[in-house]
Amino acid sequence: MPFISNTDEQRKQMLEEIGVASFEELLKGIPEDLIITKPLNLDKPLSEFEVTKKVNELAAKNTNTSEMVSFLGAGIYDHFIPAAVNYVIGRPEFYSAYTPYQAEVSQGTLQFIYEYQTLICELTGMYASNASMYDGATACAEALLLALRHNKNKKVLISSLVHPHYKQVIETYINPLEPEIVYIPHNNGRIDIEKFKQEMTADVSAVLIPSPNFLGVIENIEAIEPIIHENKKALFIVSTDPLSLMLFNPPGKYNVDVVVGEGQVLGSSQNLGGPLFGFFAVTQKLIRKMPGRIVGATVDTNGQKGYVLTLQAREQHIRRDKATSNICTNESLCTLAATVYMVLMGKQGLREVAEQSTIKAHYLYDKICKIDGFEAANSGPFFKEFAVKPPIAPAEIISKMKDKGYFAGVDISKYGYENQLLIAVTEKRTRQELDAFVDELEKLVK
Amino acid sequence: MATKTIFEKSISGRKGYTLPQCEIDNNISEIFPNGLLRKDPPRLPEVSELDAVRHYIEISDKNHFIEKGFYPLGSCTMKYNPKINDIVNVLTGFTDIHPMQPEDTIQGALQVMYELQNELAEISGMAAVSLQPVAGAHGEFTGVNIIYNYHKNKGQHRTKIIMPDSSHGTNPATSAVHGFEVVELKSNKEGKVDIQALKEVLDNDVAGFMLTNPNTLGVFETDVKEIADLIHSVDGLMYMDGANLNAMLGYIRPGDMGFDIVHFNMHKTFSTPHGGGGPGGGGIGVSEKLVEYLPVPIVKKKDDIYYLDYDARYSIGKVHSYFGNFLVMVRAYIYLKMLGDKGLKSVAENAVINSNYLMVKLLSEYPVPYKKNIMHEFVACGEKFKEYGVKTLDIAKRLLDYGFHAPTIYFPLIVHEALMIEPTETESKETLDNFAEVMLKIAQEAKENPELLKEAPQNTPVTRLDETNAIRNLDISRNLRRKK
Ligand SMILES: Cc1ncc(COP(=O)(O)O)c(C=O)c1O
Repeated sequence: MPFISNTDEQRKQMLEEIGVASFEELLKGIPEDLIITKPLNLDKPLSEFEVTKKVNELAAKNTNTSEMVSFLGAGIYDHFIPAAVNYVIGRPEFYSAYTPYQAEVSQGTLQFIYEYQTLICELTGMYASNASMYDGATACAEALLLALRHNKNKKVLISSLVHPHYKQVIETYINPLEPEIVYIPHNNGRIDIEKFKQEMTADVSAVLIPSPNFLGVIENIEAIEPIIHENKKALFIVSTDPLSLMLFNPPGKYNVDVVVGEGQVLGSSQNLGGPLFGFFAVTQKLIRKMPGRIVGATVDTNGQKGYVLTLQAREQHIRRDKATSNICTNESLCTLAATVYMVLMGKQGLREVAEQSTIKAHYLYDKICKIDGFEAANSGPFFKEFAVKPPIAPAEIISKMKDKGYFAGVDISKYGYENQLLIAVTEKRTRQELDAFVDELEKLVK
Repeated sequence: MATKTIFEKSISGRKGYTLPQCEIDNNISEIFPNGLLRKDPPRLPEVSELDAVRHYIEISDKNHFIEKGFYPLGSCTMKYNPKINDIVNVLTGFTDIHPMQPEDTIQGALQVMYELQNELAEISGMAAVSLQPVAGAHGEFTGVNIIYNYHKNKGQHRTKIIMPDSSHGTNPATSAVHGFEVVELKSNKEGKVDIQALKEVLDNDVAGFMLTNPNTLGVFETDVKEIADLIHSVDGLMYMDGANLNAMLGYIRPGDMGFDIVHFNMHKTFSTPHGGGGPGGGGIGVSEKLVEYLPVPIVKKKDDIYYLDYDARYSIGKVHSYFGNFLVMVRAYIYLKMLGDKGLKSVAENAVINSNYLMVKLLSEYPVPYKKNIMHEFVACGEKFKEYGVKTLDIAKRLLDYGFHAPTIYFPLIVHEALMIEPTETESKETLDNFAEVMLKIAQEAKENPELLKEAPQNTPVTRLDETNAIRNLDISRNLRRKK
């Protein structure tokens, strides 16, 4: 049998030592009608060679983004990943270790998590970071759960410009606590501040604002914050693209209470949308309310520095039904990729990634908006993604441009942004590709 | 030796990357209003590629991992994961596909998901499967959310979830985040659910029952069908924590035992390496009456075309931004294709034989309070060593000195000084014999030279770490700004 070491002879010896005649005897006591007697209806087993062939064929049936010129975004982006990232995460010492439960033989994992936490704090301007959540959507949901527990208020205000999938995840997560969810209306790509003020009542538990939002636009966090914190209890949660923090003022600068977001842009491939990872950072006063694992530095019996999982009294294995979250396994290896990625790119490189993506996105935006019939959908300042209204249906553009070698963007009509195409640009796109894309669009709508 | 952090290795001006020229002449400060732009850049390290790689290789060397040695971490199923699974990491047809691509450009990926859904349904005896949850606890979340919505749909306000006191911490935590009151049942003398105690708490407030089977003591819950009947008699739902599914692959199915929902711990049972704590997979299977509650989308097939189906009448919505951890699904897919029915059965057989064998080998020094119907793991009690001033923690740390990873300790809570040992099916008799020998030697050491244990480990990259100090002098990031 594949992947089994023991031989029939060894199994016989072992059964003898156990004192039974057969494996079946070990199942004695289990109601017989529960034990299946016929084979499961599964394909017959393949050899390693055959399965390799099959899997290669399946992979080849997909069109990968490097065969195309891709402008797909909506939360998952095609940034460049240096080879050293995958080299490090492929090391079995990291790849094949469990959660660092025995700290003395897990210092590699624990130290990189400590470094990861530091990097996230640096980016967000926050005091503390956990070791990761499942993805950006669940990080938002957990932040709202934190707030609902923290201040016991029942009303949550969420920007209507949150990613529509996040909206679904958030509702699934928090509905059982029966909060009153109010979506803050938007106007021209940003939340409508006047309407927001009206909703910002004393019973608000938390306000969640994505920035950049689903349409790529940066919100005015500086103006929003004082409105929220007039209510002493309410928590301000910002969800963000960590790369944007290389360019724009970090939420930590504006007294934001919780900063969360999707971390895939930091060194993970697109992976059809998973694995991803969520980052989660808070102010000092909220550390003990944070979900998930946290690594802390300490010393060993010789006074030598080392790292452990800490503040575990928040977690499910200690607090059970009083825990701050039910999360156990997280997305550790993706945070290792993020750590190595941030370290390699460093202070300059990461800024350059953010700058190039932005400059190229704005270049493309300007050109597309000049095509006859195309209109900008919004006017707010945007990062690396923007929405436009084409003269023909977005679905038609996507389908026709696909035949020309482009993933033209995401049709967001289905999310209520009528007749809009969402276009993302990363540093990987060249000027030539952008110009050619514009030419093709022009031809298409002529 | 302690390794400096990467921040301490930073040299101003050093670079570890290259990027193409931008080719577009523009300036960020001309694009945005001044107030938005960050003036104090994040203090990321500046190192060369060699600096970075060497740093992470240096710290990686301090980890234990499955290829290095035995990892008998109970409940975690640290089996050896075949290397063929990792071809997924280099197949750009899987890694470089975007979830918003047109469906006709991801037919291969959808086929993997479709076939995996069906295979897991067959293996578990459930009617339908969602692959969206990305960890065991996430599967629990999805399942308990279905329980919540099932009752809500029926216009019922159910308030309680029942579970045994041996349950994993994620079970009560998951119930609590849904606002359910957790009712813990004391286990009976055999370590199983006490049917009488269950009957006493059974009423129309009960939303469901969460059970791990085999349970966290490694004991098969032989009364599972009676439990299911009781719970169903008040229209409660049966949830199975599938963390221990490895023990019965191909032999016993959650669906046949009367469970309505089960989660698969894909990273345990279906061979995804743990990556130091994820990513994993936590797909769930449900019974017929809950199919319409599954998160969307589900992959379906029509006329040989695979598509994403968002049509589920009572769907709880979504629990992940996209479809879940796709790469983990591909690994499970490869693994299942290689095992087939016979391979799965041999996983269960060898997991159960290995565990019973190791238990018998250790019994002389490590009593197992609940040992009837032991399956893939067992929980020994280290209480007797207290007489020598030795705790289970000390035994665990001493094992590290001998190059083994320690078992799971102090869980489940109902065994004092618990040592939860799961050898898994991939380990050989020789490894188990070696481990047993060392365990017995440690028992001797505990009696004759307890200091050896209390001061352990000594042969590890660091000696025992001070956890209390970590909390008292909290240092969880380099706080480069020392900001409050
Ligand atoms: C019995 C049991 N249930 C649930 C879980 C949670 O699974 P995960 O860590 O994948 O969230 C675990 C593993 O830690 C477990 O052992």
